[in-house]
Amino acid sequence: MTETTETVLSVEGLTVIGRPSDVTIVGDVSLNVRRGEILGLVGESGSGKTTVGLALLAHRKRATEITGGVVEVAGRDLAALDERGVRALRGRAVAYIPQSPASALNPALRLRVQLCEALHDDALSAAEVDARVREVLREVALPDDDAFLGRYPHQLSGGQQQRVAIAMAFVGRPDVIVMDEPTTGLDVTTQAHVLATVRRMTREYGTAGIYISHDMAVVAELADAIAVMYRGEVVEHGPTGEVLASPRHDYTRTLLAAVPRMRTDVPDRERDGDLLRIEGVSAGYGRTPVLEGIDLTVARGECTALVGESGSGKTTLSRTVAGLHRGAVGDLWFDGAPLALNGRRRTVEQRRRVQYVFQNPYEALNPRKRVRDLVLGPYRHLVGRPDDPDRVVAEALERAALPASYADRFPEQLSGGERQRVCIARAVATGPDLLVCDEITSALDVSVQAEIVALLRGLQDEGMALLFVTHNIALVSNIAQRVAVLERGRIVEYGPVGRVMSEPSHEYTRALLADTPDFAPEGAAAD
Amino acid sequence: MSAPPTKDLAAGAARGRRGGGLFRAAWRHGRTRVGVALTGLIVLIAVVGPFVAPYTPTEFVARPFETGVDGTVFGGDNRGRDVLTRFLWGGWTLLILAGASAGLGVLAGTVVGVIAGYLRGWVDEVLMRVNDMLLAFPQLIAALLVMSIIGPRTWLIVAVIAVSHTPRVARVIREATRAVVEQDYVKAAEAIGLPRWRIMAVEILPNVTGPLLVELGLRLTYSIGVVAVLGFLGMGLQPPTADWGLMINENRQGMIVQPWAVVMPVAAIAILTIGANLITDGLSRAAIGIDRGVGR
Repeated sequence: MTETTETVLSVEGLTVIGRPSDVTIVGDVSLNVRRGEILGLVGESGSGKTTVGLALLAHRKRATEITGGVVEVAGRDLAALDERGVRALRGRAVAYIPQSPASALNPALRLRVQLCEALHDDALSAAEVDARVREVLREVALPDDDAFLGRYPHQLSGGQQQRVAIAMAFVGRPDVIVMDEPTTGLDVTTQAHVLATVRRMTREYGTAGIYISHDMAVVAELADAIAVMYRGEVVEHGPTGEVLASPRHDYTRTLLAAVPRMRTDVPDRERDGDLLRIEGVSAGYGRTPVLEGIDLTVARGECTALVGESGSGKTTLSRTVAGLHRGAVGDLWFDGAPLALNGRRRTVEQRRRVQYVFQNPYEALNPRKRVRDLVLGPYRHLVGRPDDPDRVVAEALERAALPASYADRFPEQLSGGERQRVCIARAVATGPDLLVCDEITSALDVSVQAEIVALLRGLQDEGMALLFVTHNIALVSNIAQRVAVLERGRIVEYGPVGRVMSEPSHEYTRALLADTPDFAPEGAAAD
Repeated sequence: MSAPPTKDLAAGAARGRRGGGLFRAAWRHGRTRVGVALTGLIVLIAVVGPFVAPYTPTEFVARPFETGVDGTVFGGDNRGRDVLTRFLWGGWTLLILAGASAGLGVLAGTVVGVIAGYLRGWVDEVLMRVNDMLLAFPQLIAALLVMSIIGPRTWLIVAVIAVSHTPRVARVIREATRAVVEQDYVKAAEAIGLPRWRIMAVEILPNVTGPLLVELGLRLTYSIGVVAVLGFLGMGLQPPTADWGLMINENRQGMIVQPWAVVMPVAAIAILTIGANLITDGLSRAAIGIDRGVGR
């Protein structure tokens, strides 16, 4: 452990503007990070946090320009470096861990090649490079044998890929490491491992870390200090404990309030007859089984959550309920009548009463249609030609908490959260009894997630039943009454949320609960 | 520094991009404007030409290959007909034949491509293997073969060129369709049980217009070339029709004494092809830019 108080990264008045529009993307940002410390850079999408992160690598996105400020890494001013100096700096003085390891690793190259490439130091002999690569792999808890080094990225799991990306970043012993939401695509168990690795490595190497994230819970667990960015400016900067305990800026308070808290005191609710019954459903892709013998019920007006890691089969199950998955066997019952597994064999009325909201709002809306037509499409097909289409659209948008004026917009004119609201409006326009939500908040910021969850709760109060798929167990306790925990295609635990949260009976559930970042800032403990 | 104006700007730009966004983006490339100017010039000649021509296309006004005749600008052709008149009359047949064959070919190719890309399975296999067989025939050779067997007919020219375009267009559109099919909005339409033809027409087709327009431009260019070559080889329109391709063939023996009768149709075809190519190029660059999210 390197115990120094040396400031290794200092940013003074960094300003980045867009070209040719001259819009300020990042204005007057100042940060300091000492060796062995991690600074959490928190903010919503579009707040400029990635732009700041890239500026630390003397890199900028297309059509942006750094117009002011000084970035010093280990005493060297980045602005003074030429192209060659910048190349020497990257990877050795400043390293970067990208958001998506799957797209950051070259799929055509073996790990050995990629890791050796990352250590582009001419002074080292081949044997030294090899020894260094193996050393760093051991440090990130990956195997260091030849068989592993000979693998391609697609032969690794998401967590392993991200650890390779971490190894690539640390292999050159950088002074500063920039991490751009490296755990966003990972499930909680993997996320916990990756965070622990990052924490340990920065301490051991005496590296200053910048951890970019929109998730306050993750940052609270990891960072020594927090800088909150809002609309291109740092609105709050201080030690983690201080920021969490007594946030000064309103926006910080909003962010803190948006983090779903683990609740164990969810009261049991009277069940009002089964709406959906799933009996012995198995499904797979080709010959690979994904689901085996699933039994599950959703009562009227109840929210049942499906929780599990990626690959546990939760999306397959939700798609089966929506009639979208080919190759499922078993029985589905909806409101006492059998529900065909193939969506095309369902009655129009059944299709109307079961609606599906997709995970990624950026893909779920036809970019060539206006919101009005997007909402009216299913309505016309399932309910019939409306007498007053404008009223149908306005009502649906209102239920999704969107102004009626949004009807004339195209999807690309909406933010991610607004898009997801349109998806919800489209689903509720037909007046369904069951809404299947497939990780509908995972592509969204935490603050937007909170709004969507509040919206869903409102819909539930109006009598709609929800099948809510998520990997975030903290979110479950905020919305669901019953929860089913999926592990490798089987339900390992199923019961009322209160009981599962407070006394989990299966060890997998306990592991999931333990790996979820525990977030309870003192200042917010009151609510 | 504030976000609302930024947002408005983005929204304004987005609104502007709608309704011919691809054309608008393509117009920003200089090559597109040059292409439009060149193509426009030739189309103008072809359309207005017959109305302003001084004679009828079959009227004899001079001796064969005679130049410098009173009342003519470029002299007479191989039969002594007015070169300028025949030039002005000879364009619209080429344009109509090329346009019709390109349009039909792209239409058929799009239908095949979208169906194959969306339905997959055995439908895809059958359509694409038939496609591969058609692709094995070189465009011009196939056209000449059919013409020499059945004989040169106008509808046959259009049909043969259209059929030879179809598999090429189908390949491109199928790939574009497969990318769109993966998107969740197609799944959403399936989830509510929308008929397949509606999914293809309403959800998929509008999202493959980028590659579709590029293909249309490209096929138009090829069609112009093939129609002109067929005319030149005597397998296209038959004499005494005034047609640029035919004109080149008829007058090439007298090229030394009467160059105009060859140079004018050659220049017109060349300019038209280059112009259409430049437009296509601009469109495809714009389409790539839009797909990558730059140039917004």
